[in-house]
Amino acid sequence: MTAISLGNVDIGYGGQRVVEAVTFDVARGESFALVGESGSGKSTVLKALVGLAPEWSGKMSVLGRSCVHRPDRDLARRCQMVFQDPYGSLHPRKTVDAVLSEPLTIHGIGGQDARVERALSDVGLDRRFRFRYPHQMSGGQRQRVAIARALMLEPEVMLLDEPTSALDVSVQAEILNLLKRLRAERGLTYLMVTHNLPVVSFLCDRMAVMNKGKIVEIAATKALHDGRFTDPYSKALYAASGGGGSTE
Amino acid sequence: MALLSVEDLRVSFPSPQGRVNVVDGISFELGQERLGIVGESGSGKSMTGRALLRLIRPPGRVEGRMRFEGQDLAALSERQMRALRGARISMIMQDPRYSLNPVMTVGTQIAEALRVHEHLPRREVRARVRQMLDSVRITDPDRVAGLYAHELSGGMGQRVMIAMMLIPRPRLLIADEPTSALDVSVQADVLRLIDDLVRDRSTADGGMALILISHDLPLVARYCDRILVMNAGRIVESCAASDLHLASHPYTRGLLAAVPKMNETRAELPVMDRSAWAGT
Repeated sequence: MTAISLGNVDIGYGGQRVVEAVTFDVARGESFALVGESGSGKSTVLKALVGLAPEWSGKMSVLGRSCVHRPDRDLARRCQMVFQDPYGSLHPRKTVDAVLSEPLTIHGIGGQDARVERALSDVGLDRRFRFRYPHQMSGGQRQRVAIARALMLEPEVMLLDEPTSALDVSVQAEILNLLKRLRAERGLTYLMVTHNLPVVSFLCDRMAVMNKGKIVEIAATKALHDGRFTDPYSKALYAASGGGGSTE
Repeated sequence: MALLSVEDLRVSFPSPQGRVNVVDGISFELGQERLGIVGESGSGKSMTGRALLRLIRPPGRVEGRMRFEGQDLAALSERQMRALRGARISMIMQDPRYSLNPVMTVGTQIAEALRVHEHLPRREVRARVRQMLDSVRITDPDRVAGLYAHELSGGMGQRVMIAMMLIPRPRLLIADEPTSALDVSVQADVLRLIDDLVRDRSTADGGMALILISHDLPLVARYCDRILVMNAGRIVESCAASDLHLASHPYTRGLLAAVPKMNETRAELPVMDRSAWAGT
């Protein structure tokens, strides 16, 4: 059963094509990574899936429903996104409570009080954070709020755009553990964008390596253990990330 | 004699609860070597670098002794300090997109860095700029010298920054997170470049020392001789880079363990208990 399916997808901004002929499938419950350097088009793929990059052609579907060229309420219910920078993705003048209640109000879901409380405890935040503003929290706490917000609608698919790259290593470890636990508990499907190969090694099953808007290779995470990539670009990326024993 | 010696350095800022020491009494000496300062955000590592160049403005306050080539940095006038900055100690900042002047061509900026400190005929300035761009491995120096910052890629921008900082031939280079805004594939190139330039300089021109400030422990271990680990404004561990795996402080051990590995098999990453070393 496929959760996300892309067939020959081209994506552009203002007439300029930035992603070309991308094809991959993510199975339900799988954790799939898109890796590559900045400008390789990996975040653009996520944006197109949720309708934030409307200039695309080809075939895209999430959980068996074809994607449309704009944000879609029904899709949002089942597929949520977590952004890179928790300093930018939370509204500075809304409390945590307001941020977490908003998706429930939009989708007309009741029992908000209990749901907000549960979401906070799911991501390991104390209830005293409920009425705080983003500036009263650390980066790691904010990213937990952003993850809690994505979980409010109980989605089946999570799109993660560099969820830990703005965080310190010790905080990154906490957030990675959290994402891993949530996936195991709820059978979530992850599509994660990152440039950090060791993070892929920890959290994902398979990865697609992107370069200049194209997928050059799809490999299992096992390739990170022995460096068995076939494409020269993926090999170079692996070596630059300290793969193949050059670290320590 | 040590090139730089720092004794009981404190940097404090006012807060509603009184003054807070963001750097809390650190001491170290630096010779002709590559020193890494590692820590997480808020550990005071960048403030240490800034304090050395006297870049901390009121209400921030710097106390303690800093001697560079026998001179007491705190005793210098602002004018003397300006002559020292860039010429004797220079600093590479994190993101070239913000630290380069957007309305000046690259060549003019590099030339300016040189002209402020040395009076040279125009032709020689141009030759030195060319030679410097060449040594940071920019393939077409004449074309690049005519470009503006927004026309450069991240890696290229950082090379230009390095060229600008090294052209007056400083004795000490402080690199504050020089690669964290760059892609992994470019990171290695830039660090290797800094490394080569530091090594080349160590014979001619009286040598150059490096302070590399970063949050990335494995990376610092690869490019430095000695490492200082900072937490909450203090140095919690000081060791040779090759002995990093023998590090004993729980904070250092925690940092090392928290980084996912390329061949990760752990089901869960160890998380640091923040209260464990709060008293140290």
